Amino acid sequence: MSSVADYKQEQQFETFSYLPALTSDEIRAQIQYIISQGWNPAVEHVEPSGATRNYWFMWKLPFFGEQNVDSVLAEVEACHREYPNNHIRLIGYDNYTQSQGTAFLVYRG
Amino acid sequence: MAKQYNAGVQDYRQTYWQPDYVPLDTDLLACFKITPQAGIDREEAAAAVAAESSTGTWTTVWTDLLTDMDYYRGRCYRIEDVPGDDSCYYAFIAYPIDLFEEGSVVNVFTSLVGNVFGFKAVRALRLEDVRFPIAYVKTCNGPPHGIQVERDHMNKYGRPMLGCTIKPKLGLSAKNYGRAVYECLRGGLDFTKDDENINSQPFMRWRDRFLFVQDAIETAEAHTGERKGHYLNVTAPSPEEMYERAEFAKEIGSPIIMHDFLTGGLTANTGLARWCRKNGMLLHIHRAMHAVLDRNPHHGIHFRVLTKALRLSGGDHLHTGTVVGKLEGDRESTLGWIDLLRESYIPEDRSRGIFFDQDWGSMPGTFAVASGGIHVWHMPALVNIFGDDSVLQFGGGTLGHPWGNAAGAAANRVALEACVEARNRGVELEKQGKEVLTKAAQSSPELKIAMETWKEIKFEFDTVDKLDVQNR
Repeated sequence: MSSVADYKQEQQFETFSYLPALTSDEIRAQIQYIISQGWNPAVEHVEPSGATRNYWFMWKLPFFGEQNVDSVLAEVEACHREYPNNHIRLIGYDNYTQSQGTAFLVYRG
Repeated sequence: MAKQYNAGVQDYRQTYWQPDYVPLDTDLLACFKITPQAGIDREEAAAAVAAESSTGTWTTVWTDLLTDMDYYRGRCYRIEDVPGDDSCYYAFIAYPIDLFEEGSVVNVFTSLVGNVFGFKAVRALRLEDVRFPIAYVKTCNGPPHGIQVERDHMNKYGRPMLGCTIKPKLGLSAKNYGRAVYECLRGGLDFTKDDENINSQPFMRWRDRFLFVQDAIETAEAHTGERKGHYLNVTAPSPEEMYERAEFAKEIGSPIIMHDFLTGGLTANTGLARWCRKNGMLLHIHRAMHAVLDRNPHHGIHFRVLTKALRLSGGDHLHTGTVVGKLEGDRESTLGWIDLLRESYIPEDRSRGIFFDQDWGSMPGTFAVASGGIHVWHMPALVNIFGDDSVLQFGGGTLGHPWGNAAGAAANRVALEACVEARNRGVELEKQGKEVLTKAAQSSPELKIAMETWKEIKFEFDTVDKLDVQNR
């Protein structure tokens, strides 16, 4: 049994939460992907105890038509400064499928 | 002018071969691959298939004259060579929509693949594709929820979902089975699955299984913070027992149930799909018996037709083959039927074996499920082939991990997320998959061990049912 490792349980946050925290370059690449898919970026946040809810707090409104990666990243950072203890996730709204094209956690609260 | 009655047998071609016919938008169109008996010419055999699958019988009957046969008969309107095979040819047949009961996939297939498949004038017969007119599609219920609703229910966005069939497929007790489910889910899978053979056997009756599995789901959700499900197989000896199991699954809070649509039957499946929409349950569809129907290139029903049948009858997930795993499935052909499963409009594309434009209108799409002999090394190819709207199911590839199910699940989840993250950055997964996985394994000992364990396992057998292409 010495060759078998024990699996350590942790709370997770859906897409990309099994990877090491994304670097800011990696986050930029994902924002670029959202924009190039024609999706609308959006930011949401919630206190950690509310993480499993459907509805987190919207940060402002989705950034409809935003094409600038830096502007989106700046909104993520602004949200994080305002709510440093909250989880923050980035969403790409796909109005064609009427769903979220993607959603992933950027900051763990 | 009214026709006169002449008893006797006449050539089918006189009535059912009509090369100048222009199909109506409301016609149901079918493409058959016909291998005729020796000495029977093309037009006669093709017309015979049109006749026997619609209004005709072997002789003229006086009651034909009591109706408007011109309105009701199927017509063969085109014959084409099969590329690379002189023993057979394609016949295109148009059926008037009023030959079929609205919303009844059962009725359509009873006609199209009924007596005609045993007809002596053809040596072999294969239904290659069917165009369901939008007018008919709108009469069918279709998937209970579809891709978009399932993503919202399960909170899974921007990636394929991960599943695993619990093994050994027969013989576990309910509590031990629930343990295997819990370990998979806590390690990072989204779903686990009853094997199709699991119904309600002496070693594990269905009610016990459902209760322990639901406990496993709820515990895993609490321990991961993510939404989880297990496809509770409600396939049963009778519809009454099927609904009893479905009702119980709903009562205890399971998000999803499962059915075998071919062995269970299309009537049962359509009824269950309607029940699922009404009761807010997702429906996973297994396809046991499909290879009996679809594997022989000259006889049977092509899987793309079974795919359409299922989408009309209803299911939120359907097994489609993996292309890369242990089970049969040609790549281009598979890409064709996963489009038929998920997209709203699929144009004719012979390079993918699609013979007709197919318009589904607003009918929900179904997740493609890739399952069977796949492991972490296949992940880059699977993400590339199947895209996000799929469930990738690793049975042995999860449970066979040297450290157990949770570690196996985590290895698959890390590999999946690394591939999606890289794909979104513009990395070509099938070229650079190894680098992507190797990098991800640096921070995941579970993935590293999985990669070492399954390094040499490949399933490189040639496909039996290939697309018909010129190969000489």
